[in-house]
Formats: sequence, C-alpha cells, structure tokens
Amino acid sequence: MSERIGSKRLVVGAHYGLRDWMSQRATAVLMAIFTIVLLVQVLMPGPMGYDKWAGIFAPQWMKFLTFVVIISLAWHAWVGVRDIWMDYIKPVWLRLTLQVGTLAWLVGCVGWALQVLWRL
Amino acid sequence: MAQTPRPVFTNIHITQIVKYRMPLAAWVSILHRISGALMFLLLPLVIWLFDNSLSSETSYERFAAVFDTGIGIVPGILVKLVVFGLIWAYLHHFTAGLRHVRMDITHATSKEQGRHSAAFTLVFSLVLTVLLGAKLFGVF
Repeated sequence: MSERIGSKRLVVGAHYGLRDWMSQRATAVLMAIFTIVLLVQVLMPGPMGYDKWAGIFAPQWMKFLTFVVIISLAWHAWVGVRDIWMDYIKPVWLRLTLQVGTLAWLVGCVGWALQVLWRL
Repeated sequence: MAQTPRPVFTNIHITQIVKYRMPLAAWVSILHRISGALMFLLLPLVIWLFDNSLSSETSYERFAAVFDTGIGIVPGILVKLVVFGLIWAYLHHFTAGLRHVRMDITHATSKEQGRHSAAFTLVFSLVLTVLLGAKLFGVF
C-alpha cells in the first residue's frame, strides 16, 4: 500500500465509502422515526378518513419532518441504487448513463413530492 | 523465496446464484436489495398516492377509489397487488435495515446471531405483510 503514492496511486474506488455508509444509516434512522411517528398517529382512535389523514400532515412539525424524510429518502436511495449499478453493471458508459438516470429520477421525484407537501 | 500458492476467488456471477444454497442471511440480503429497487422504481406511484390522499377531499375519494376502479387501463386488482408488493418491500427493507443498524451498534455479527436476526427479519416482515395484505384485500 505504502508504495501506491503519487503516479502509482490506486485510481479505483470512490474514496467516499464511509460518508455513504454513514449517510445511509443516518437517513435510515430518520425514515424509521418518521414511520413510527406516522404509524402511531394512524393507529390513534377515530375513524380513518380524509379529515384524520390530512390532520396528521397539518401541523408544521409534521411538514418539517416530512420534508427531512423526502430528502433522506432520495439520498438513501441514491446510495443504494448506485451500489446496485456498481455491483452489476461493468461497462462504464452504461453505468454512467444509469447513474445519471437515477439522479434525474430521484431529483424529479423529490420535486414532485415537495410540490405536494408545500401545497398542503 | 518460493511463493505460497494462494486461493483464488472469482466473483459470483448473478446467473450462478440460483445454484447456491443460500443461508437465511443471504435471503434477507438479496431481498433487501430487491425491495429497495422495487420501491425506487415505484416512487411515482407512492407520490401519486401521497398527493391524492392529501390534497383535497375530492382527491381523497379518487385515491380510495383506485383500489377498486383502477388507474387508467390498470385494473383495481392490479393496483392492489402492486401496493401489496410495496407493503412487503417497505416492511422487509425497514426490518432488514434496522437489523443492519443493530449489528453496527451492538456488533452482534456472529454466524449464529446473523442467522437468528435474519430469521426474525423474515418472520416479522412476512407476518405483518400477510396481516396488512388481508386488510388490503378486505379479508377483515
């Protein structure tokens, strides 16, 4: 390893593995908290219908949490889907195309979800 | 100095996987990936459901109706099946993900612990999937 410096450095790997690993766990925990918060409110007594469902997302703190979760989900999905492409897709041109497509897909979905959230 | 012959491990190709006897942890692992990919691909459906269930009472009616009348040319039963798939994917991914977080925190990573937590993941997520699926298909 110690000889692989300068022009002999190993130019493979993304070199940000820890950050991706950590952010995937952090975003997972945020989404798990959101899931439990949502579930507890859904299971509160009272008939399920539009009023109850919309009421859950009415408070500002729930909108705040939902916003955080939308961003977390996209980040989490980016790390995960990118892992799938890196594991199975070897031709660089195809992998790059799929990665760009993944980003475009996620950015579009985040925009759509925020559009919905912000008009509530 | 003579070189000691060292074992060579080649990558497992995806087509070879079917010939492997996979332990429970391997099933949890590959299903974690498949469920994640499924939810990624179905994101627009989830956002559509999120949108229609929340935007107004009229859209809520539309949201509730698609499980019977379908969306466009997609029949209601297919919408139910896809949502059933999403329920499984979420529950599996959720449980398998928390399994990873627990392993990271507690270092419960022995072969035996891995097998136990994998079994728990499969049982927990599948039982909840069946329960919620029964609710979705109107069994109770």
